[in-house]
Amino acid sequence: MTSVGIERFGGYLPAFRLDRGLIAESWGRGSLGGERTVANNDEDAVTMAVEAGRNALGDMDKGKVEGLFFATTSPVYKEKMNAALLGAALDLRREIATLDFAHSLRSGTGALKAALDAVGAGSMQTVLVTAADCRLGYPRSDQEQAFGDGAAALLVGPEAGAARFEGAFQVSHEMMDVWRNPEDAFVRTWESRFILGEGFMKHVAEAVEGLLKRMDLTADRVARLILPAPDLRTHKRVVKRLGFNPETQVSDPLISRVGHCGAAHPLLMLAAALDTAAPGDLLLLAAYGDGTDALLFRAGEKVRERTPRRTLEDFLEQKIMLPSYARFLSYKGIVETVPGEPFRLIPSATVTWRDRNSILRCHGSKCRDCGTLAFPVQRVCYTCNAKDRFDEVRIAEMEGEVFTFTRDNLAGRSDDPVVVQTVAEFGTEKVRFYGMMTDCVPSEIRVGTPVGLTFRRIYEGAGMHNYFWKCRPLRIGGGEV
Amino acid sequence: MGSIKDEVAIIGMGCTQFGERWDKGTEDLAVEAAWEAFEDAGIEKDLIEACYLSTVMSPIIGVGGTIAADSLKLRNIPVIRNENWCTSGHIALLEACMAVASGAFDMVLAIGVEKLKDTGYPGLGTGRGMHPVYEARRTSPGSFALIAQRYFTQYGLSEEEGKETLAKIEVKNHDNGSLCPKAHFHNRITIEQVMKAPIIAWPLGLFDCCGNSDGAACAIITTAKRAKDFRKDPIYLKGFGISADASLPHFRPDFGWASFEALVTSSHKAYEMAGIKNPREELDLAEVHDCFSITELLIYEDFGFSPRGRAREDVDSGFFTRQGGLPVNIDGGLKCFGHPIGASGLRMTYEVYKQLQGKADLPERQIPDARLGLAHTFGGPPQISAVAIFSNELG
Repeated sequence: MTSVGIERFGGYLPAFRLDRGLIAESWGRGSLGGERTVANNDEDAVTMAVEAGRNALGDMDKGKVEGLFFATTSPVYKEKMNAALLGAALDLRREIATLDFAHSLRSGTGALKAALDAVGAGSMQTVLVTAADCRLGYPRSDQEQAFGDGAAALLVGPEAGAARFEGAFQVSHEMMDVWRNPEDAFVRTWESRFILGEGFMKHVAEAVEGLLKRMDLTADRVARLILPAPDLRTHKRVVKRLGFNPETQVSDPLISRVGHCGAAHPLLMLAAALDTAAPGDLLLLAAYGDGTDALLFRAGEKVRERTPRRTLEDFLEQKIMLPSYARFLSYKGIVETVPGEPFRLIPSATVTWRDRNSILRCHGSKCRDCGTLAFPVQRVCYTCNAKDRFDEVRIAEMEGEVFTFTRDNLAGRSDDPVVVQTVAEFGTEKVRFYGMMTDCVPSEIRVGTPVGLTFRRIYEGAGMHNYFWKCRPLRIGGGEV
Repeated sequence: MGSIKDEVAIIGMGCTQFGERWDKGTEDLAVEAAWEAFEDAGIEKDLIEACYLSTVMSPIIGVGGTIAADSLKLRNIPVIRNENWCTSGHIALLEACMAVASGAFDMVLAIGVEKLKDTGYPGLGTGRGMHPVYEARRTSPGSFALIAQRYFTQYGLSEEEGKETLAKIEVKNHDNGSLCPKAHFHNRITIEQVMKAPIIAWPLGLFDCCGNSDGAACAIITTAKRAKDFRKDPIYLKGFGISADASLPHFRPDFGWASFEALVTSSHKAYEMAGIKNPREELDLAEVHDCFSITELLIYEDFGFSPRGRAREDVDSGFFTRQGGLPVNIDGGLKCFGHPIGASGLRMTYEVYKQLQGKADLPERQIPDARLGLAHTFGGPPQISAVAIFSNELG
């Protein structure tokens, strides 16, 4: 088999965190400790995957990407290619293979394995694998505390600059342990002793031991065991059973500061391990979900050069604490707050389709005659009136500053009434962008605040999600909303 | 550019009580305004040859001219509806003036009517932009707050200083409105009240924003030549200017947000037609678009009432009060009348018309010897401005 592996990598965590103590206190239960990530109310699996994808791709030539895989158990559409939306927001080329992987906590590793196989077989050169999840545990359940929201992206290619794929061992096993029926909002589980003993522990062990045997390795040769687990105690037990040294060999399962991010979690932990891996390190990833996928990688020579724009540490450090459990419930759509003003714009599939290059791909128009860069795309130049003489330029990766803003109390949701309406200037050409500010503490925004752009939902209507770009502070403080 | 100075005259006007007219519909308001205008002009309805209707959202978008035709029982004449956001009333009026000046019609009705209180929302809120994505959450207070923030930044005003200047404008407008029977609000307010009021869109608070109300206003226009056949004190159109500027300001490259070209050019086109060299000195009153306090402040500068960046000094000295050098919004403005969008331009014109005739409803708010008055609306994101200048004299 020719060389294949990971070229680039990047995770994504939403800005918001909820102290698990707030959940526990609301129900008179014990806290699992620490905090969990909470997707903002304008985020979903696709928007988080977009962020992870942008983080992984960095400034590389996106024209080289030939395939885009997206894995989640919380797709934004049940029927409709989520990856196609993702590809547009990432501004990938149109001649590309897209595919959604779904329904399983192993869909992330499944998508990764499929990409490795495709590149290994020579059918594609470069495939971007993304995974994102925002699952819900029942209110008052352990899962409610233990779950987190997050995403990760890995670019698979033949150079294997960040990590070379060494081998895999996969086990499939049917049992009713953790599941969601099509009509369910919350994850169901059977009795924990059964599902952990006969499900998780048994099959993770089988796959990890099987992989080590197949690769003719012993546990002590592995630099990092990357092992997502439903909770810390189970994680400790499985590590011990497999004979790895918890002090030196085992990746942080990201439970205490993030929570289990579903199908994205194995990829997120792998990206986090690559953030700090040394060339030559053996990384063993095992993901459970009706069986186990175990994959072995060797960190590449260029792993240190491929550090994403934002490492996991950076995401962990930049956060905004949610002030209450009630806010969490409304962000998750579990409780409905008092209706705000009726929304009078009628979303139109034709409008968003026609303007897709500006709305989804974030393209502005740069005049070929006078150089004025305007957003959204303008057929007639604002400055020199040249007609249809422009090149489309993506402005999403530009950084900018707030030119003017307001904290608008009429524009928001009823649970989140203040919208920071923002006019910002981006890039050296100071292209103007108008939109909402997200992931911010409104009182901290000033004229001149450094901002970037992020892909978000803007509202629900006409039975579809409506996406657009928003401003986001480049640095997020430690404040409360 | 051509001129229709002194070619047309208003010979009758009507204006309803503005406010929360829960028991009156769009049609009632139209009838109320129109019949006052017919009686004021001393003409029968049958003399009307064409009607220009201004309405933005009542009862729904897309009803053509039926609001006027049905309620006023207009039979087999053109009813032309105008919708240009907040400038709709002025543009309908000016279209009527141009139709008369062109010779196509001799007697034309311009009517603006809006029933905001049927819509179920208390303020000029969200979701009424032009594009379902780019303007998804644009609100009126939000857009004008962007101007205030930038004005404060550009001229180095602290939020406290900026808000206090704006507060003085609203204290003045409420003081004027307290004397105006047809206004929605008659309460006097203090600077402290304004500064402490709940925030709508920072830095704009409750008193920085105009109210939401119902109302209608109406004008009857004929040629200047025939005007005195109907009344001894017709009011003549001296000049007008309408400017719609390209591109939503929010996306406009290099836009400074502390001045609008549409305001500058519309007012200057009107001055030129009217032969006004120094509006600060020559105008006796101005009714300008105070949808938000910051708008009025900006207009002082863009209309040449105050030097650029120094309107604050004129606000502090009381230059725009009833007793000042140039009374602005002497009826209380949009602040006290509220802003039934399609009606406002005609309502402001009604105040100028009455003042120039010396017929203000209460003597204490009559400007002595008023000769030249301006009425103005500014609308959209904002993007469009309409100015009309009137006098009680020809020449």
